[in-house]
Amino acid sequence: MEYVNIFVKAIFIENMIFAYFLGMCSYLAVSKTVKTGVGLGAAVIFVLGITVPINYMMENYVLKEGALSWLSPELATMDLSFLSFIMFIAIIAALVQLVEMAVEKFAPALYSSLGIFLPLIAVNCSILGGALFMQERQYANVGQATVFGLGSGVGWFLAIVAIAAIREKIRYSNVPAPLRGLGITFIITGLMGIAFMSFMGIEL
Amino acid sequence: MSEVAVAEVVKEPLFSKKNRALISNPLDDDNPITVQVLGICSALAITVQVKQALVMTLSVMFVTAAGNVIVSAMRNYIPNRIRIIVQLVIVAALVILVDQVLKAFVYDISKALSVFVGLIITNCIIMGRLEAFALANKPWPAFLDGIGNGLGYGVILITVSVFRELLGSGKLWGFPVFGHKVGALLSDGTLATEASGLYALGYVDNGLMILPPMALITVGALIWIQRSRNTKLIEG
Repeated sequence: MEYVNIFVKAIFIENMIFAYFLGMCSYLAVSKTVKTGVGLGAAVIFVLGITVPINYMMENYVLKEGALSWLSPELATMDLSFLSFIMFIAIIAALVQLVEMAVEKFAPALYSSLGIFLPLIAVNCSILGGALFMQERQYANVGQATVFGLGSGVGWFLAIVAIAAIREKIRYSNVPAPLRGLGITFIITGLMGIAFMSFMGIEL
Repeated sequence: MSEVAVAEVVKEPLFSKKNRALISNPLDDDNPITVQVLGICSALAITVQVKQALVMTLSVMFVTAAGNVIVSAMRNYIPNRIRIIVQLVIVAALVILVDQVLKAFVYDISKALSVFVGLIITNCIIMGRLEAFALANKPWPAFLDGIGNGLGYGVILITVSVFRELLGSGKLWGFPVFGHKVGALLSDGTLATEASGLYALGYVDNGLMILPPMALITVGALIWIQRSRNTKLIEG
């Protein structure tokens, strides 16, 4: 039940886009059509699903105060947590590179349709944000961290697909000229954020 | 021939017109947030208070300027294939510096900013400027470009936070501007038992402005204003 709670919370209540605005840059840039939105969203789910648990293990077995005690008792007083940013971003960059190579090898069609967006996931703030929230909230075990990562990814996926669908439709509406494109997308995202706030307080 | 060679050697003044444009362009025509659409993630989340917005602006300005200078100085030595990782490492090191300084001197603000200090690493303004400018330019223009883009980011951040703090909690920089509500903590440490200022006239804070979605709508409105004034930015 704990897992379901974390999952639902990460998707709806603490949605990466609507509650924390993470990954907004690619969210705005790639949401012009549903097709690219789905592709990037799926890649984000995948990358969050593997980087959050790996970073969780890094945090708990290398960086945290006393985390190195499995190596030797003298190291139990070491606190490397100031290095966490550099560690997290290095792991994310490396994993994205790995994912890119794997996708290129085993699914060339998907690779060419994602194009430049795949490597750009490395600098998508929702990925690093996932790792940093994981660190801040101190999940009890790897399973919870994984569920949190996957849930955040699904939430991001949901948001980008929804906005892409709205943007496809809004092309036929008469939006005031200065508001076209970026402006109206911001305002719609804001309104969707207000809608998502109605999920607040749900406990499972 | 020789004249051309001499002309090339002549040093550009430090604040030539071109260099001044590096600072002034990002403020309006080429604003990182409203025109280049970069660095939005962090810009929206920390605009509830002007104080947080200012600290964030200064941090981002430092990281863009210093990162630009470092990458620009190293630009001839960074292999093209691994440049993203090199840039990320440089930026991450600078952000660690900022994070430690904030923790040491303004601990409460650093707590309020929480994960968003760390997220400066993936702030697209920084990566964008490193990729688009620092890799192709000398350190001094790169420095000015970093400062300029930091300022352009800050202008939006602070404008949004002024609206949100003023309308959302009736304060600016933590000082009550619209008077006191019942139960507000006064400067002498007592609790206000009577509403003063605008609150006495029946004014009520707009709680919606404090909620996250209003940051998006405020930025949307700013974009609307900017593009009505500057029609060449309108998207087709």
